[in-house]
Amino acid sequence: MTARDHIGTSSLNPPADLPSPESVPTTVIEPANGWIPFKLGEIWAYRELLYFFVWANVKVQYKQTVLGALWAIIQPFFTMIVFSIFFGRLAGIPSGDLPYPVFAYAALVPWTYFANVVSISSNVLVQHQGVITKVFFPRVMMPFASVVGGLLDFTIALSVLGVLMAYYGIAPSAAVIALPLLIAMASLTATGVALWLSALNVRYRDVRFIIPFLIQVWLFATPVAYPTSLVPERWRPLYGLNPMAGVVDGFRWALLDQPAPSIGMLGVSVVVVLLLLFSGMTYFSRAERTFADVV
Amino acid sequence: MSHPVIQASDLSKRYWLGEHQNYVTLRDAIANTLFGPARNLNRRIRGESRDQARRGAHSDDFIWALKDVDLEINHGDIVGFIGRNGAGKTTLLKILSRITTPDTGRAVIHGRVGSLLEVGTGFHPELTGRENVYLNGAILGMRRHEIKRRFDEIVDFGAVERFIDTPVKRYSSGMYMRLAFAVAAHLDTEILMIDEVLAVGDIAFQQKCLGKMGDVARDGRTVLFVSHNLLALQSLCNRAYWIDQGRIIEEGSPGKLVSNYLQASYSLQTEQIWDDPETAPGNDVIRLKRVSVRPTHPDEDDQITVRTPLTIEFDYWVREDDVYVKPSLNLYNNQGIQILSAMDPELQDWRGTPMPAGTYREICRIPGDLLNSGMHRVEFCTLVNGQDEWRANDVLTFDVLDTSDFRAGWYDDWEGVIRPMLPWRREHLA
Repeated sequence: MTARDHIGTSSLNPPADLPSPESVPTTVIEPANGWIPFKLGEIWAYRELLYFFVWANVKVQYKQTVLGALWAIIQPFFTMIVFSIFFGRLAGIPSGDLPYPVFAYAALVPWTYFANVVSISSNVLVQHQGVITKVFFPRVMMPFASVVGGLLDFTIALSVLGVLMAYYGIAPSAAVIALPLLIAMASLTATGVALWLSALNVRYRDVRFIIPFLIQVWLFATPVAYPTSLVPERWRPLYGLNPMAGVVDGFRWALLDQPAPSIGMLGVSVVVVLLLLFSGMTYFSRAERTFADVV
Repeated sequence: MSHPVIQASDLSKRYWLGEHQNYVTLRDAIANTLFGPARNLNRRIRGESRDQARRGAHSDDFIWALKDVDLEINHGDIVGFIGRNGAGKTTLLKILSRITTPDTGRAVIHGRVGSLLEVGTGFHPELTGRENVYLNGAILGMRRHEIKRRFDEIVDFGAVERFIDTPVKRYSSGMYMRLAFAVAAHLDTEILMIDEVLAVGDIAFQQKCLGKMGDVARDGRTVLFVSHNLLALQSLCNRAYWIDQGRIIEEGSPGKLVSNYLQASYSLQTEQIWDDPETAPGNDVIRLKRVSVRPTHPDEDDQITVRTPLTIEFDYWVREDDVYVKPSLNLYNNQGIQILSAMDPELQDWRGTPMPAGTYREICRIPGDLLNSGMHRVEFCTLVNGQDEWRANDVLTFDVLDTSDFRAGWYDDWEGVIRPMLPWRREHLA
C-alpha cells in the first residue's frame, strides 16, 4: 500500500459549521512502505509556500550586509579576474576569437548560479530542521525555493555580462532566444542535484563535507576556464554526461556567437538531467517521510 | 449532528534507540532507491511482507513511542490529551498532522489540518513582524489572501501594532510569542492541533488565548489539545484521552480523567496502615497504626478540591502507661513551604496528656476553602514526656484539585500559600 494524500487545491473555504464529506479534503495517513509516487498535486497545492520561501530568502539574503546585492556580482566578477590572470594570461588558455574576460564571465554566470544553488540547497533541510520537525508541508519546497531564489542573483550577474559585452563591443546572435532553455537546463540540473544532496544530508552529514569538493571538481569538469575545443572530439558525448558543460557552451553560443554545442553532447546531457531529476524525486519522496525523525 | 472527522486505528510509531538508529550505509541507501522497487516486487511475489524481511535480531533496539492507538474524534469535539512527558502525545499529533509517518495503522482525516506544535515555527529573526506574519502563516498552511484578510486581526490580537515593521529579532520574547500565537490562532482550518503552547506570554495574554480557543470551539471546529495545564484542559475540552507509554489508558470526560491521572501519576498516599506494632514507624513509646486523609463528606468520586473539607486521622499505639504524649501535625505544600502546624487546642499542659497504654485516634478537620491547589504533604509529630520528639514526614501525600468556581474565567494558578474564601463586600459610597 502506498499513501494517498489528497490536499484540496481549491481556495474555497467551506463554512466551518457545515462540513460535508464532499466539501472538505480527506487525508489518509498510512505507513510509508515501498514505492512512493511523487505527489505533484500536493506540491501544486502548496505553490504559494514556494513563493513565500523564495520571497523570504531574497529578503533575508543581504540583510545586515554593507554591499547588499553587489555580492551577486562580486563573486563571479572576481573569479573572472582571477581566471583571466591565471588561465588567460599566465597559462595562455585559448579563448577563441573572444577576449578572455568575456569568455570566462559568460560561463561563470550560469556556473556561479549552479554552484551556489547546489551548496545552499543541500543544506537547506538540515538548516530548517526546527520547521521540519514541527509542521507539515511538502519538504521539496525548500530545495525548490533555493533553485528559484538563486535566479535573482543570476539575473543581476547576467546584466553585468551585458555591460561587459557592450564594453568589448560583442553583440549576441539570434541564438539568444535559446537562452531561457539553457537557463532551464541549469535550473533542472541544479534541482536534480539538490534533491539528492539535500535529502541525503538529512541522514548523512557527510554530504556537507562532500559539497565543496564536489563543486570544485565539477568546475574543472565544465568548460568554464577553458573552451570545449580542448577536449578531444571523440570524448565529447562522454563530456555531455555533465549537463553543465552543455549549459556553459550554450551560453557562449547564445550570447557570444560561438559555435553551437554538438547535438550529441546536448542529447546526452538532456537524458542525464532527466535521469537526475527522476531519481532525485524518487529518493526524495522516499526519504521525505522520515525527515522529521532522522534530521 | 456530529460525525467522525478523525478515525484512526492501530497507529504505532517506533523510534530506534542508540546513536546508530536504523543504521544503513550511504551505499545501501542508493542501492535501495535504484533496486528497491524490483526487490519489493520480488518479495511480493514470494508473499513476504516488508516487516517480515526487516524483523531481525535487534527487536529490542527500539521503543514504541505510540502503540496500537485507536481514536475517533467527532466534528466539533475539543479533545484534550493528558499524560506524562514522553508519553506519546506529541508523537500522536505529529502523525495526525503528517509531520512523520506511523509504522503501523491507518488514519483518515476529513478536513484541513492546522497544527501548532510550537509557537513561532519558521519565524525568521531578520524579517519584520509583518513579513513574519505572512511567512509563518504560509508555513502553517494559510493562503495569502486569507492572511491578508485577517492581517489586522492578527496584529491586533498580538498587540504589536507599533513594532510591526521592526525585525522580530528586536522583539522582547513576550512580543515574539504573542505575535506568533496570534498568527496560529487565526488559522482557518477545520481541524486544529495544539501542543502545549498556552504557556506563553503574561497572564492577560494567556487569558486571551484561552478565550480564543473557546471561540474556535464555538465555531464548530475540531480541536486536539495537549496541555499540562489540567485546569484549562478540563474547562475547554469536552473529551479527553489519557496516554501513557504510547498507549491510550483511558478515554472519557476530562474531569474524571484528570483526577484518575493525578491519582496515578503522583504517588499519592491518602491512607497508610501498619499491622504490626513491632515494625510500625515510631519510637519506644508510640507507634503509628494508621493514617488517612479523606473528604469529610465522602461522595462517589472522593475528589479533593480546594473547596472540600478534609479529615485527617492518626491511629497509634501507646505502649507504656502514663507517659505524656503530645501529637501534632504539620502540613507542607509542593514547594516545601509549611502551611500550618496543628495540635489539640484544648491541651492544658505543654507536654501533652498522660495516657494509659492502648490504641488512640486523633481526628483533625481542615475546613474547605482553606488550602490552595496542588500537592500537600502531612508530617506527623509527637512529643513524649516533653522531650523525645519524633517526626514521620510525608506519611500522607494528597493532591488538592483546582475548581473553576469563583475564578471569573481565569485559568492560571491561583497565587498564595492558602486560598481562603474571605468575606468581601462592596459599599457604594457616593
